[in-house]
Amino acid sequence: MTTTSAPAGTALRGVGVGRRAVVGPVAQVRPAPDVAPDEPLLVDGAPATPAHVRTVVERAFADVAAGLRAQAETAAGTVRDVLAATAQMADDAVLRGQVLTRVDGGEPPVAAIDGVVGTFAAMFEQAGGYLAERVTDLRSVRDRVVARVVGLPEPGVPHLEQPSVVVARDLAPADTAALDLTNVLAIVTELGGPTGHTAIIAGQLGLPCVVRVDGVTDLADGTVVAVDAAAGTVTPDPDDAVRDAFERRRAADAALAQDTGPGATADGHAVALLANIGTAADAERVGAGAEGVGLFRTEVLFLERTQAPTVDEQADAYAAALRAVDGRKVVVRTLDAGADKPLAFATQPDEENPALGVRGYRLVRSHAELLDTQLAALARAQEATGSTPWVMAPMIATPDEARDFAARARAAGVATVGVMVEVPAAALRARDLLAEVDFVSIGTNDLAQYTMATDRLRGELADLLDVWQPAVLDLVATTARAGLEAGKPVGVCGESAADPLMALVLVGLGVTSLSMAAGALPAVRYAVRHHTRATCEAIAGAVLRARTAADARAAALALVDPDVAATLAL
Amino acid sequence: MAERTVAVASRVGLHARPAMLFTQAVAASGVPVTIARAGGAPVDAASILFVMSLGVPHGEEVTLAADGPDADRVLDELVTLLSTDLDAPETEPAGGAS
Repeated sequence: MTTTSAPAGTALRGVGVGRRAVVGPVAQVRPAPDVAPDEPLLVDGAPATPAHVRTVVERAFADVAAGLRAQAETAAGTVRDVLAATAQMADDAVLRGQVLTRVDGGEPPVAAIDGVVGTFAAMFEQAGGYLAERVTDLRSVRDRVVARVVGLPEPGVPHLEQPSVVVARDLAPADTAALDLTNVLAIVTELGGPTGHTAIIAGQLGLPCVVRVDGVTDLADGTVVAVDAAAGTVTPDPDDAVRDAFERRRAADAALAQDTGPGATADGHAVALLANIGTAADAERVGAGAEGVGLFRTEVLFLERTQAPTVDEQADAYAAALRAVDGRKVVVRTLDAGADKPLAFATQPDEENPALGVRGYRLVRSHAELLDTQLAALARAQEATGSTPWVMAPMIATPDEARDFAARARAAGVATVGVMVEVPAAALRARDLLAEVDFVSIGTNDLAQYTMATDRLRGELADLLDVWQPAVLDLVATTARAGLEAGKPVGVCGESAADPLMALVLVGLGVTSLSMAAGALPAVRYAVRHHTRATCEAIAGAVLRARTAADARAAALALVDPDVAATLAL
Repeated sequence: MAERTVAVASRVGLHARPAMLFTQAVAASGVPVTIARAGGAPVDAASILFVMSLGVPHGEEVTLAADGPDADRVLDELVTLLSTDLDAPETEPAGGAS
C-alpha cells in the first residue's frame, strides 16, 4: 500500500524535540480509511445483497465495540473511561439500528454509516462544550467501523511487537496514551509542533521525537530509520556510518549521566538543575542528577477526575512527592487548568478564546475554593513531612494578582511564594512582581505563545513560537535583570531550559535555576560545567543583538566551546 | 405506563461516566425505557448517544418512563442510580451491563 519514497540515506527533515538519536523499524499509526461513500460492498466482484451488507455492518459494529472494550480493560484512568465510552457508542443500539435501516433500504454501507454518524456529530457539535469534544470519539467509531466493513486494517495505534519508531500524521492525546511505551523507540509525526502534546509527552518520557516531517507517513511499515532528534532528521535505511555515530552519541550520553554533581559554571557559579514532575510517581523517578523539583505540575491530580480531589487526597499526594525527593527543593505550581487542559468542574465550556480566558490563577475569580483547598493541602503536607516546599501560581499578569496570591499562600502557612512569568505583561513588570513575591519562574512555552500571539497547538506556526525569537528573549532578559536587581531567584521551567545551548544563554542572562524533563539534565549540566559565567554572559549579549531567531541561535553556537558542541551534537 | 421524575445528582450532569453507567443499567434491565427533559421529547434511555445529546446538567430533573410488569421495579432502580453521584472514579458499573 505504501512505498519508501526517499532513496536510502536521504534524510527527511523536521523539527526535533530532545537530543537523542535511535535506529529502528517504522510502525505507522494507520489513518482513517479513505473510502468513497458510495463504494459498493463486493462479493466475488459483484455487489452484495442488502441482507449480506446488513450482516457485515452488524458484525463490524460488534467487532469494533469488542475491540475497544478490550483496549479499555488494559488502560487506566481517563483513557480507560474514554475508551469504554467509545466502545459503548459503537455498541449503541440506536446508532446501529438507524444504519441498518438505511442499509436495508439499499443505501451503500459507508454512506449509511456517514449519514447516521453525521447526524449525531451535528447534534453533539451544536450542544458544544464537553459534547463537542466527544465528536472525535464518535468519528473514531465511524473510521473503525468503515475500515472493518470494507476490509481495511482498523485505524489507530498498532500493536507493537518489537521496539519501533512510531510514525503518524498526528497523534491525539488518547493515541499517545494507548501506546505500549516499552516498545516505543521514538515518535515521528508529519504534523504537530515542538510544543504540542506529543512533543511534550515524548520529552517527559525521554523519547526522541521529530515533528513536522514531510513525507514520513509514506514510509512502509518495517522500514528501518535513523531518528536524530538533535538534528531534526529521519533517515531511511541508514548506513553503518550513521549507526556508528549514533552509538558513539549513546555512549557519550551514558558517560554524561555519570556526573550528578550540583550544577555550576566552569568557574563555580551555581546554577540549580531541577526536574519537572507531574505526579508523586514522577518524583520517585527523579534521580540523583536533579537537585530537586523546579516544577511540580499539580493539575495532573485534577485532570484524572470529574470532581476536585479533597484536601486529604491532595495532602497525601503532595506529601508523597515531598518524601520522594527527600529534603531537596520542590516548587509546587498551583492548579493550571483551562485552555488546553479543561476540567469538568471548573472550566467554562463556552469560552471563545480559552488561552486568553479564565485559566491558571484566574480561576480564583470563580473558584477560589480550589486554590484555598490546594494551599491548605500543601501546608498539611509540609507539616506531615517537615519539608518546606515553595509554591507558585501560573498565568499571573499583574502585581495585584501576585500580591493576592502571596497573601493567600502565606495565610495558609507556605513561607516561600512565587509566581510564573508567562504573560508578557508580567515579564515587562517583573520588578513590580518581585516586590510582592520571593521568586519568579519563567514558563517559556506560554511566554512565546503570548509574545508572538501564536497558538501553541498550531504546528504550522512553529517558526513563530521559537523561543529563540528575539522578542521572547528580550522578555526573558528583562525578567532575569529584575531578579538580579532584587536579589531574588529567577528560574526557567519551560522546554527551553532543556536545550543545552539555550541553557547557556539563560545562565548568561542571570537565570538562577533551570528545570526540565529529568532526561535532559546530563547534557545541560555538561554544557554549563564547560563554560565560565563570563562566557555565558558573552553568549547572552551576542544573542540579544541578533535580529532573527536563526541569527540568535547561530550567534550562541559561534561562542560555544567546539568540543562541547561536538559532544552534544549541537 | 409507569413514570418517575428525578433530579440528576452527578456533578458533571448526565455526561461522560454517569451517562455510560446509566445507559448500561438501562440496557441490562432488558426493559425499554425512555428519558426526557422537562418539555422535551422522550428518547431511548439505553442509547448513550441520545442520552448524552440531551445534555442534562447537574440538578436538573428528567422523566423516565417504561411499560410492562417490571416497569416499576426497573424505574425505581434507575431513580436510585440517577440520585447517586456517579462521578466518583471508584463507582463501579451498576447492573453488570452487557
